Amino acid sequence: MKKQCMVLFVENNAGVLARVASLFVQRGFNIDSLTTSPTENEKISRLTIMTHGDERTFSQIMKQTGKLVETKLIFSVEPTFSLIHEVALVKFSAEEKDNEQLIELIGIYGARIVDKTGGYLVAELCDTPQRIDGFLEDVSRFKIIESGRSGAIAMERGGVDYEL
Amino acid sequence: MKLNGSEILVNVLMEQGVDTVFGYPGGAVLNIYDALYKYSDKITHYMTAHEQGAAHAADGYARATGKTGVVIATSGPGATNLVTGIATAYMDSVPMVAITGNVSTPLIGCDSFQEVYIAGITLPITKHNFVVRDVNELADTIRRAFEIAGSGRPGPVLIDIPKDVTADIAEYEPREAVTVGVTDEIKGDVAEVAELINRSERPFIYFGGGVRISEAGDQLRELIEKADIPAAHTLMAAGVLGYGERNNLGLIGMHGNYSANCATSRSDVLIAIGTRFSDRVALNTEKFAQHARIVHIDIDPSEINKNVTADYSIVGDIKNVLLKMLPMIKDKKHESWHESIDEWKAKDHKPADSDTRIKPHFIVEKTCELAGTDAIYVTDVGQHQMWAAQYLHHTHPKNFLTSGGLGTMGYGYGAAIGASIARPDARVIHFTGDGSFHMNLNELCTAVSYNVPVISIIFNNAVLGMVHQWQDTFYGKRFSSSEPNRVTNYKAVAEGFGGKGFRCETPAQFEQALKQALVLDCPVWIECVVDKDEKVFPMIPGGKTVKDTIFN
Repeated sequence: MKKQCMVLFVENNAGVLARVASLFVQRGFNIDSLTTSPTENEKISRLTIMTHGDERTFSQIMKQTGKLVETKLIFSVEPTFSLIHEVALVKFSAEEKDNEQLIELIGIYGARIVDKTGGYLVAELCDTPQRIDGFLEDVSRFKIIESGRSGAIAMERGGVDYEL
Repeated sequence: MKLNGSEILVNVLMEQGVDTVFGYPGGAVLNIYDALYKYSDKITHYMTAHEQGAAHAADGYARATGKTGVVIATSGPGATNLVTGIATAYMDSVPMVAITGNVSTPLIGCDSFQEVYIAGITLPITKHNFVVRDVNELADTIRRAFEIAGSGRPGPVLIDIPKDVTADIAEYEPREAVTVGVTDEIKGDVAEVAELINRSERPFIYFGGGVRISEAGDQLRELIEKADIPAAHTLMAAGVLGYGERNNLGLIGMHGNYSANCATSRSDVLIAIGTRFSDRVALNTEKFAQHARIVHIDIDPSEINKNVTADYSIVGDIKNVLLKMLPMIKDKKHESWHESIDEWKAKDHKPADSDTRIKPHFIVEKTCELAGTDAIYVTDVGQHQMWAAQYLHHTHPKNFLTSGGLGTMGYGYGAAIGASIARPDARVIHFTGDGSFHMNLNELCTAVSYNVPVISIIFNNAVLGMVHQWQDTFYGKRFSSSEPNRVTNYKAVAEGFGGKGFRCETPAQFEQALKQALVLDCPVWIECVVDKDEKVFPMIPGGKTVKDTIFN
């Protein structure tokens, strides 16, 4: 199943997220992650949805979501021409605080240590979903207390002018 | 001018040309009903027995006129009772504005008396919905609702208004009615499709409700006649082409004509217009029209490639698309194709007549003969619905009202009342089964209160006919809960409500009863005793093809 990414600009109304989510559930589309954020225009919110499925399913998702009255603009995002970034936070046991292999790995991935309260290391990585997958897999051999991961934010490269 | 929210609501309804609304009062809409009282010389409110009946009446009103139907209900149970009616309208793309009251803004979210989150409940069954939390936004929200309901592919829109908003005061400025309509934009290569049609040897048109909604019947007929293309309609497009037109092969699909289904299967180019390849037509999406290049023309881009993959697609208003295409279409004759079709037509199902028993096709054909093709025919759902679709001589696109997409048993009576109120000069016939009718027969009190002269013709076979037919054919005659053993005396019930009732056991009795009913100016029920083993033929089982047609 191919991973797919779409960006929506929607009217910033109460209930708009429920409307999008309800549509996905009703039609059996999967949401791998969903991020919503305000935009420079306070009446417009930006949603980034990661999903998976074949081209036909993805095309249906795009068309159905695009049909919602509050959807102002919808487009699919190709990783090659875009930035798709997520954030992960991983908290390691205090036993690991001096583990050089872990510190090295954090360095290799370009992650950074953002907290050491009580000896518990928290590493943060902001990168593509694939790189975060790799990081989480590589650190899984260390003693992890908890980890969390955001949805993706996607943005096309270069000068793109959206008419909303 | 300063008005309260309820007066604003009623004024905006008048702006939009609304003179008829259906509904049921209650606590949360008391202010709205007070405004309706004030403006009762401008807007007539019809109160039904149950909010579901009101929703179906608004739907029937809309289908019979093409205008947007309006229904009003109170919060909580009033709102939830609309749900089936809204979903029915949604599935059949019927323009409707549903207005619900809600508890006052400070009480929202507190599980207050008669509070329900109707906007959440109706998310997947409305084209859009609104909760109005500020009276200053009320007028524009209602205008927007009418715009959304009637534009593009129509559908129901719900507006939920908390009680305090219906009392709050705001400035109201009258406006022109919103323009509803369609975009002129056409996406797709019309010339390429015209060329495909011109080159085809066995073209076939399968058309649906979109042609009716777009009022493109004349353009469709011109295409059909110019390029000599046979055509079949879905349940939603009965009457777009006239009965007896040479190229009209009638109903397609599960209970469609054998000839129509054969032609689909054998066509080299299938032109699907204003339709959505539902599972009641494209029973097997892999094998549907498998020898054909498929062209799909529809206003809704999300319908393209949803169920069946199209080789060519055009997205736009049907009428606009056909108007653009027609000059590119060459005059043609397809004689050998017609010869094949005539052979299949000879095998079309013809039910046997009877002098003593009331046969389903006899009821429909006799009614059509006596009430005429100008009458509006409304159905419930089940066997009688299919018989009505098959045997009526459909002539007018707005004269056959039926719940096609949702298949709502109990739709018919409310819809018939709405249609009769919308078009008082037209005779309204309501075909129903004893199963469907028991769901909402209480609306007779509405028909009596307002003297709406709907004639309900009840196919009483004492079983849930369609369920019974499937159990007979596919479930080893295990008639689980389909033989309800009811002893309802329809004549007595009809008269108890203040209507008129007949019971018929023979064809002659039916003819006599109907003749009497047609001169009575009041609601009438005519119960027809029909054999419980009567079946709808032909039938293609779900997932199968025309090769698997069951003829008897």
